[in-house]
Amino acid sequence: MTVSAQETLTFPASRASAGLAWLCRVWRELAANPLTLAGIMVIVGLLVMAVAAPGMTSYDPLAQDLSQRLLPPSTAHWCGTDELGRDIFARIVYGARITLRIVLLVLAVVAPAGLLVGCAAGYLGGWVDAVLMRITDIFLAFPKLILALALVAALGPGLDNAVIAIALTAWPPFARIVRARTVSLREAEFVQAARLMGAGRARIIVAHIVPLCLPPLVVRMTLEMSGIILTAAGLGFLGLGAQPPLPEWGTMISTGRAFLLDQWWVATMPGIAIFVVSLGFNLFGDGLRDVLDPKTETRV
Amino acid sequence: MMATLRSLSGLLFSVSLTLLGLIAVTFFIGRVVPIDPVLAVVGDRAGAEVVERVRVEMGLHLPLYQQFWDYLGHVLRGDFGNSVLTANPVAEDIRRLFPATLELATAATLIGVVVGVPLGVAAAVWRGRWLDHVIRVVSLVGYSVPVFWLALVGLLVFYAELGLVVGPGRIDIYMEETVPFVSGVILFDSLLAGDREVFWNALSHLLLPAAILGYFSLAYIARMTRGFMIEQLSEEYIVTARAKGLAPARVVWGHALGNVRVQLITVIALAYAGLLEGSVLTETVFSWPGLGRYITGSLLNADMNAVLGGTLVVGAVFVGVNLLTDLLYRFLDPRVR
Amino acid sequence: MRFAIPLLALLVGFPAVFSTTSRAAAPDDVLVMAKRIDDVISLDPAEVFEFTGAEVIANIYDRLVTFDVNDVSRLEGGAAASWDISADGRTYRFTMRPGMRFSSGNQVTARDAAWSLQRVIRLGLSPAFILAQFGLTPANVEARVRAEDAMTLVIETDRAYASTFLLYCLTAGVGSVIDRELVLAHEKDGDLGHQWLKQASAGSGPFSLTRWRANEYVILESDPGYWRGAPAMRRVILQHIAEPATQRLMLEKGDIDVARDLSPDQVGGLAELSDMRILHSPKGTLMYLGLNQKNPILAHPKVRKAFKHLVDYMGIGDHILRDRARVHQTIIPKGLFGALAETPYRFNLEHARKLLQEAGYEGGFAITMDASHGSLITEVAQALQSDFASAGIELEIIPGDEKQVLTKYRARNHDIFIGEWGVDYQDPHSNADAYASNPDNSDDARFRTLAWRNAWAIPGLSELTASAILARDQGQRAALYEEIQRQVLVASPFVVMFQSVDLIVERSYVSGLVWGPGFDSNFYRDAVKHPHSGNR
Repeated sequence: MTVSAQETLTFPASRASAGLAWLCRVWRELAANPLTLAGIMVIVGLLVMAVAAPGMTSYDPLAQDLSQRLLPPSTAHWCGTDELGRDIFARIVYGARITLRIVLLVLAVVAPAGLLVGCAAGYLGGWVDAVLMRITDIFLAFPKLILALALVAALGPGLDNAVIAIALTAWPPFARIVRARTVSLREAEFVQAARLMGAGRARIIVAHIVPLCLPPLVVRMTLEMSGIILTAAGLGFLGLGAQPPLPEWGTMISTGRAFLLDQWWVATMPGIAIFVVSLGFNLFGDGLRDVLDPKTETRV
Repeated sequence: MMATLRSLSGLLFSVSLTLLGLIAVTFFIGRVVPIDPVLAVVGDRAGAEVVERVRVEMGLHLPLYQQFWDYLGHVLRGDFGNSVLTANPVAEDIRRLFPATLELATAATLIGVVVGVPLGVAAAVWRGRWLDHVIRVVSLVGYSVPVFWLALVGLLVFYAELGLVVGPGRIDIYMEETVPFVSGVILFDSLLAGDREVFWNALSHLLLPAAILGYFSLAYIARMTRGFMIEQLSEEYIVTARAKGLAPARVVWGHALGNVRVQLITVIALAYAGLLEGSVLTETVFSWPGLGRYITGSLLNADMNAVLGGTLVVGAVFVGVNLLTDLLYRFLDPRVR
Repeated sequence: MRFAIPLLALLVGFPAVFSTTSRAAAPDDVLVMAKRIDDVISLDPAEVFEFTGAEVIANIYDRLVTFDVNDVSRLEGGAAASWDISADGRTYRFTMRPGMRFSSGNQVTARDAAWSLQRVIRLGLSPAFILAQFGLTPANVEARVRAEDAMTLVIETDRAYASTFLLYCLTAGVGSVIDRELVLAHEKDGDLGHQWLKQASAGSGPFSLTRWRANEYVILESDPGYWRGAPAMRRVILQHIAEPATQRLMLEKGDIDVARDLSPDQVGGLAELSDMRILHSPKGTLMYLGLNQKNPILAHPKVRKAFKHLVDYMGIGDHILRDRARVHQTIIPKGLFGALAETPYRFNLEHARKLLQEAGYEGGFAITMDASHGSLITEVAQALQSDFASAGIELEIIPGDEKQVLTKYRARNHDIFIGEWGVDYQDPHSNADAYASNPDNSDDARFRTLAWRNAWAIPGLSELTASAILARDQGQRAALYEEIQRQVLVASPFVVMFQSVDLIVERSYVSGLVWGPGFDSNFYRDAVKHPHSGNR
């Protein structure tokens, strides 16, 4: 962060207040960009939908009514009904929970794993680096969707297995980023200084390197979120993800595509939902990267 | 000289290790699948003796490590076994279908480069202005839309409603088998055979799928190009060149773009590889007879030989592309060496 | 930015130019049919056991015996002009039809017929049981099935079966007459030409196979020397289009002439169009639930009965399946000899609850159901989930692709199975043997019928089923099947729900296609296109 000439040179009172000031500055810069703000609003909207689902719709997403099949959008059913008479808007709203769950579960597994592997490989070097990077390369060598496909086919279709499959294919980029950052930090002056002062390897990694790896990691996480949502939808589309009657958006598109010509809303509405949420995450991630990590946005 | 040789051999070693790991993982997945591969061959009505006989014929009664060893031996000789669905050797199927996927991926990447690079440059040059925002949104939309959904909608709008493009498939069905198979890429083969009707027919069928996939590729390329160019345009030499009086267009297109050439090529290579993967979903929607559809179809039918063969080929291409980008980055960023 | 306008013009103009110059309609003597063909794994009649393959070979080969598609009970001669049966019921003598030729030009003789049947037994592939059940083994088949002379074929069975039983079995794919000379010319390592015939044809029927590309297309070429007269269509192409929505699109655009996999919802939108013809063709396929008797809850007879009252047959039939199925509750599909049309079960929540209470499950229970992907099965499963829930039964649907679900089913690892079962040949024994026969209920039994898969131990009923094929009097035989169906209706762990109806949409300029009671009685030979009479 550069200090502008207009600000006076005051030093923060503690680490905590330094962190807080940094957060405030980040927030201000984020909010200055209208696109990023739009992205944040979408994400907040998703969270609200997930939490307040019962309040947003009176319909039960699983309640079937065979006499109300395939009705077009109307005041009674904002997004129409699907092939079993279920209200689509309700399914989209409750589906937000599933989407959120997938994203959070995957990230909860992938980010720490990537951090661990990347830091270890980058800092320790030598054969540890070679072995870990080889394993990373093997997973990176796989077309992600196909590997996820094969894994889900092996484990059996279902939401949890889809999460496992996606997680297993999504961690390599994180490991690589963290490793690259770790390698470039390894010989930095402050690290050498810490070593001279007698700090052990673990302490150096945890206290010094990890915090500096977090910004690109967080940026990558937000950017990957939409990819995770799309992969999960893709699996659902192929029938391997969340299973009916769960209102997962990708699965809804899959079942709705049979009616695409006459009852377009069954497949289109969940598609719009996926699109908006993905876009939101991408806008936010883009803005976040502009603020936190502008120089390295060229590295894939 | 010695150093380069050593690093090269080290590279080769690691690449082979990666490939071996690939084979091991696919083999493992193939055997863990809870579908009885014998069932796929004999069907639901076969009696117990037939099932047992076929099980032995397929070598499924041997211990797992023996099966893997046999499989490894075959793979290294280019023998992926026979496909249950097509009754052909898998290697032959792949040889026939891979060009279709390559054709689609190449056409889409072409669109991605021809449209994406200029857009990325424009966004970087006019950074912060409305054009930049528009291009960023267009590119972000490409990141956010599920490809299969866009393909369906594209088919609905451009084929069904507007009638601007022809329907799914690679060429009209009654033109199948009329042009001799040379490379597998119908555009080439028809030109070689001098059959212009088939050529135009194939091109017209390529249009919509390539455009849809091309959109995704251009989203990625534009975004990356924008990033690279922004970096370049803030460098001192740009200011110097402008100060010396060089025309802005020349500076941008000639110097700046020239400097990001290598990074751009790696990005394009990765985009290409990514399209091979995206083909899995698109080929299903467009009934495009390529490797992606082959793999998904085989997976859903427990045709493990085909799945493993197809995945290995795609994986090998990925490894090759990653290798390429790695080499290029080595020459570019000495810190990473 | 200077490039914007020309670029835009190019982007719009390009496709417009293409669509007009390259959209040529299919020639009038080529019929293009959109159908999912991903179930085909071979086109060798000794190996084919699934729907699409059966349909294709029915148009390539002649069978010894056929039936009138409008009245299955009327048997007709195919490659065999006539036959007679010995007094002791064990010897069948067929007289071949003179003047028939294979597409290779070779004459069709009794030797070809005998060799074709022997080949089925000797290769011993999946459909071989249809002939093997008459006591034919690789060891004795050359003696028991033989050509006495060029025009006479003799088949000897091990016991005196009901005469129509063997004849109907010969109407199945295994009864196809294959060109012996042509196939043996392609034999490799003593495989009787099997590897070659998987992707080739050697028949005497109206069409021969030009090419089969798995999951892409099947191209058939007409044989002008066909004994019933040359087909009007020079080529028939089955194009694999996986998406029903895409099939419909292409049909409307005129890129295809017939669509085979449309759902009732898609067809609904086409009903008003005058250039479309919608056809319904009942098939002998039943949709049913199998309750695994290994599960102690499901083994209780009152629980089994309760399930039969918990299916909303009418609701599901009217709303979800509509034109694609009819309510049918007995194990022999309508149209077959001896079929009962009784539908004693209705959705009756009160009665079901009472039964559950009597069985001691008043509060309901949790149970799983294995359902394969794909179209209607999943929708029906979800509807059932809702129906069962009203009685306190918590149903968890475990989906999988078809092979996966079947693997689990055949290993008896399921609770409830939902799926379809089609007849192998147009005789009631095909289904009776499946549902009402389980001679050995142990885990490593030889005969893994549907009753076995659901662990239904029925020694008495199995014997009844076995005796029904020996009843030589038609009336007596019919009565036996009625008894079998009643027993299954009352006491079995099967909840038979629907009989399938195939939904076909043709452009109105197509005529002459025959849609019979089974996939192997869908005939293309009389198809004609009149492009100038109907709308385009």
